[in-house]
Amino acid sequence: MTKVLLKGRVAAVLPENTDTDVIYPGRYLNITDRDKTAEHLFELAYPEIRGRIQPGDILVAGKNFGCGSSREQAAAAVKYAGVGAVIAVSFARIFYRNAINLGLPAVVAQVDAAEGDELEIDLEEGRVVNLTRNRVFDAAALDPRAVELLDAGGLIPYLKGKVLGSGC
Amino acid sequence: MPHADVTPMTMAEKILARACGRASVAPDQIVVASIDLALSHENADLVRKSFREIGVSRVWDPERIVIVLDHRIPAESEKTATTHKAIREFVAEQGIRRFYDVGRGGICHQVLAENGHVLPGMVVVGTDSHTTTHGAFGAFATGIGATEMAGVWTEGKLWFKVPATLHIEVGGALPRWVSAKDLILYIIGQLHSDGADYQAVEFDGPAIRHMTVASRMVLANLSMEMGAKVAFTPVDDQLLDFLHRHTHLPASDLSAYAAWHPDPGARYQKWLRIDASAVLKEPQVACPHSVDNVRPVSAVGDVPVHQAVLGSCTNGRLEDLEMAAYVLTGRHVHPHTRLLIVPASQQVYLEAMRLGYLETLVTAGAIVNPPGCGPCVGVHQGILAAGEVCISSTNRNFIGRMGSKDSQVYLASPAVVAASAVAGHIVHPKEVVA
Repeated sequence: MTKVLLKGRVAAVLPENTDTDVIYPGRYLNITDRDKTAEHLFELAYPEIRGRIQPGDILVAGKNFGCGSSREQAAAAVKYAGVGAVIAVSFARIFYRNAINLGLPAVVAQVDAAEGDELEIDLEEGRVVNLTRNRVFDAAALDPRAVELLDAGGLIPYLKGKVLGSGC
Repeated sequence: MPHADVTPMTMAEKILARACGRASVAPDQIVVASIDLALSHENADLVRKSFREIGVSRVWDPERIVIVLDHRIPAESEKTATTHKAIREFVAEQGIRRFYDVGRGGICHQVLAENGHVLPGMVVVGTDSHTTTHGAFGAFATGIGATEMAGVWTEGKLWFKVPATLHIEVGGALPRWVSAKDLILYIIGQLHSDGADYQAVEFDGPAIRHMTVASRMVLANLSMEMGAKVAFTPVDDQLLDFLHRHTHLPASDLSAYAAWHPDPGARYQKWLRIDASAVLKEPQVACPHSVDNVRPVSAVGDVPVHQAVLGSCTNGRLEDLEMAAYVLTGRHVHPHTRLLIVPASQQVYLEAMRLGYLETLVTAGAIVNPPGCGPCVGVHQGILAAGEVCISSTNRNFIGRMGSKDSQVYLASPAVVAASAVAGHIVHPKEVVA
């Protein structure tokens, strides 16, 4: 089971339309080891962010986070840098699916938060609490399909389970 | 073929209903659709790794998988060469026949079109965001990530949320020097880069039906840049004629595909009318660093250009090279500017050679890159230094997209790119061609 209650510190607050080239530059697309992608997270636009991410930290963003390319490395770099969840006003569709498929919670919510704030995300209830500022924000409920995938730890373990389960 | 006598549906709904075996579907329903075609490029190696992790030994259907090497061809590094080699070994092992290696294809979306791999009514997924291009052939075509594609290779199906549809009716005619690229840049400028997030887009109207299939591909391709899941242009006689030439299927067989159109009375989330003659007086330019930062070329100001790029899945086709050759006939690339020509495919390259376009362009001082994605994705063949400015017929101008984070990319039509290469700064083509 994925944890329905996630707690973490805001590592960065990002603007709207943060695109996949900003998240993960195209020049590193020939890196196919997911954990190595983290080395290039935000490398060109915000090189300072990666160094301050602690395991379980949260990224907060404006609308249309992850717009642009289908590159899965963008979601992988976020996850393997140690980010526990991304909260955005909205996500570009391919990034959203990539995140869920890799087991990275992508939460649709508009929250007031600053770098360093402590947040608590309740995935089941659809709620984000800013513990530092003592404020509560509604989050969109996750699609049942997304819950299923996050529960399994991502698409690969989910399909592995199905393949083994069906005995083929 | 679509079902008759059911709830009127949009094009996206109609195709998903067929692909999930229901009489009808409606927006926001989650459906599991069977996949007709699964496209990958170099990231097939990433897909392959995820596929191995899932642990099945054979892909669901090697005949429905197409792999085209295009992002880094020929290999620019040992790392890429190793990736290409792994993909070659995988396609041989799995019996994937539709594999287009270096020198056999070009940009994946152009290769699918030229080889008639996409037909109206298909569900096409690709590990490339510009897979929306194939809506120009009446297909529900969208980009997915690599792990998701590994799931498709395993099961041959994928879940979708049925999208609501935005219908864009374009009346009037495009004036001289105004192309499909200018129209879609104008629309993205109006709707913004999330204006069609999660939605299907249908283009129709006299201005659209008048366009070549190559130009319709520009509309479907760039719709991705306003977040569209899929984008369609009409399945009409012109398209069926294109398919006849590229699929080699008899016209009598193809005529049945004319049934793939949105139903009269289908429900739309939004209906947009554009009078092209009234609003598109001149070419449009997307300024740094977002595709929705669009201005008419006359409002861009004096922008000196160090590099001009003509190519990509958006605008590297024969009609684009023809336009560049027209603008550059008897003229020269400005001494402070470099012009890079990247034919979208081997076929485009060969035709442009036969027709003399390449001779004209090279004589004018352009360099011709091998067919592929070239500098568009910022990995090789024309990287920008800090402080440099590029005018490009490609599809993205994000920070660092084509090189240094301190470089700038302006997006425009092939005519504006070619004219700006001559002038050495961004200009309306009429200032170069009398």
